[in-house]
Amino acid sequence: MAIMRMRDALREALREEMLRDERIFLMGEDIGLYGGSYAVTKGLLEEFGEERVRDTPIAESAIVGIGIGAAMGGMHPMVEIMTINFSFLALDQIVNNAAKLLHMSNGQINVPLVIRMASGGGSQLAATHSHSLEGLYAHFPGLKVVCPSTPADAKGLLKRAFRDQNTVIFIEHTANYGLRGEVPDDPDFLVEFGVANVVREGTDVTIVGYSGSVHQATRAAELLEQQEEISAEVIDLRTLRPLDMDTVIRSVKKTNRAVIVEDAWKFGGFGGELAAQIMERAFDWLDAPVARVACKDVPLPYNRNLEFHALPSEEDVVEAVLGMFKE
Amino acid sequence: MTTEVQSALMRELGAERLGMFLYQMVLIRHFEEKCGELYTKGKIRGFLHLYTGQEACAVGSINCLEDRDKILTHYRDHGHALARGLDPNRVMAELYGKATGVAGGRGGSMHLYDVEKGFLGGYAIVAAHLPLAVGLGVAAQMKREDFVTLCIFGDGSVGEGEFHEALNMAVLWNTPTIFFCENNLYGMGVPFKASLSTEIPKLAAAYNMPAVSVDGMDVLEVYAATREAVAHARAGKGPYFIEAMTYRYRGHSMADPELYRLKEEIEEAKQRDCIERLKRQMMEAGMLDEQGFAEIDARATAVVDEAVEFSERSPQPALDTLFDHLYKE
Ligand SMILES: Cc1ncc(C[n+]2csc(CCOP(=O)(O)OP(=O)(O)O)c2C)c(N)n1
Ligand SMILES: [Mg+2]
Repeated sequence: MAIMRMRDALREALREEMLRDERIFLMGEDIGLYGGSYAVTKGLLEEFGEERVRDTPIAESAIVGIGIGAAMGGMHPMVEIMTINFSFLALDQIVNNAAKLLHMSNGQINVPLVIRMASGGGSQLAATHSHSLEGLYAHFPGLKVVCPSTPADAKGLLKRAFRDQNTVIFIEHTANYGLRGEVPDDPDFLVEFGVANVVREGTDVTIVGYSGSVHQATRAAELLEQQEEISAEVIDLRTLRPLDMDTVIRSVKKTNRAVIVEDAWKFGGFGGELAAQIMERAFDWLDAPVARVACKDVPLPYNRNLEFHALPSEEDVVEAVLGMFKE
Repeated sequence: MTTEVQSALMRELGAERLGMFLYQMVLIRHFEEKCGELYTKGKIRGFLHLYTGQEACAVGSINCLEDRDKILTHYRDHGHALARGLDPNRVMAELYGKATGVAGGRGGSMHLYDVEKGFLGGYAIVAAHLPLAVGLGVAAQMKREDFVTLCIFGDGSVGEGEFHEALNMAVLWNTPTIFFCENNLYGMGVPFKASLSTEIPKLAAAYNMPAVSVDGMDVLEVYAATREAVAHARAGKGPYFIEAMTYRYRGHSMADPELYRLKEEIEEAKQRDCIERLKRQMMEAGMLDEQGFAEIDARATAVVDEAVEFSERSPQPALDTLFDHLYKE
């Protein structure tokens, strides 16, 4: 075990996997000479050379498309999209080729590809640069969607992504890059997909989050315990596809209340999917309607006060929980 | 192509190989005409884009490849599949949506695949397969293998950003990619002159890629150009661009009322028909007679008839296979 920041844990995962499997190579804008926009790939060009760490033109759809082609040719590429906001330009490649080739070719062509992207608001980057699109990618059958919230999970899940035969959309919240935590140094350390993490056990309410929102959920649970004597269970989904709904349902059947927290917009979002599944599978156990705490329904503004007013906070989570206990 | 070059190439290829080219073009022609017929009968559904008129492009280019090479093409893909030697029964069965089809009935006309034959798919999003072809080139380089990738697309692709991104990166990374543009003068109903401010080979040249324009109604000219492109790419000299000027005899798809062109234009193109041309050239060279052509024609007709029979008697995919091949374990 070592204490490290999430960006360093991610880099360790890349390094270890590249040492293990020579089919793995990296492509992306500024991942080489510059060291990566969020310094995740720093030093890898020096260690692995230009053939395996490739700086690319600013051409998201070609980069992803080349990754898909290389995967079809027997490699296991990783493409870094500088931030999730620019992945819109590669959406066709991701949705129409990466996600569908296996099915459309009747099992003949698989696309073992890892696409990493930085996501989330809260950095005063304004509306074009502050998206949370985990739920968007989770919408497409054929993709796997991973969104770690801790350094250890980041490492274990990224290593696991390179053991997958399918395309994995790996989404990293920018607020988490500097987060420190214990990280196993065992090169065989993997975190399995489709296994949610019960971050904190509790008995009165289940708070479900993923990526950045896990931290609001956890802080809210601490406030609830200290100030209201409410015991909250916090679940980090870790992967949205595959989705570990069983863990959520088990928890809700115990606590009888569920709050979903996410950075994305509520309208048409992933939280709605979770709420629907809880309703379908645990309706009779619910003592209150499922609550959703999410981004307000506007593009994120630059101004700090406005931005934080729009984003979900731990206070919003506390308020949602308290609302469930009112008669 | 001068007459001397043409005769030399014909002597080099010989009667048997040229007869095979002719057979493949006739097979594609009959196959496509049958598809058009089956579509009006409701046997084939969805979008159907026929390749009649363009046969020389597929046959001339694909016959330059080795077994280990790869092909990516667009949705007008039946001709390319047949020229690559995919089983006509299973191609037709795919159009029928049957379980025996090359994609088990999941792909249909626009998405044919046969990985064992290096046929990595028909792609129905215009220009989306161009980056994939560059990626296959990267794989070839990194695995130290010498396969090349033939990437076939229409003139409509040149308006897409991915066309430019892919050409640029292919040159930057020196990938063994042959970009083969079938310029049939239209993207659906838009004349390519109305969608491009310059000429297609100039685009490739602007990215420092060798580029030629050839008569796509002449299988020998297509063959000669592609052979050079393949040798160039295989030798590690990087990508190569071919524009083949061709013409489709039928509408863009079966839904096309063809309001944008005159019958005279179609008739003029048919005067330059690729099958008639090779037939005439071979007869003049004493490599073929009427009886020989009749045999080729009968053989192709029989293969198409058998493909229809095979497809008719093939089973529908079972409903419980719906979720198959969603993820690979
Ligand atoms: C990205 C995208 N935009 C639009 C279409 C609809 N569409 C299908 S074929 C076609 C014309 C393409 O023309 P061209 O590339 O010249 O090929 P051709 O049909 O002439 O063989 C269009 C616009 C599409 N399939 N993909
Ligand atoms: Mg065209």
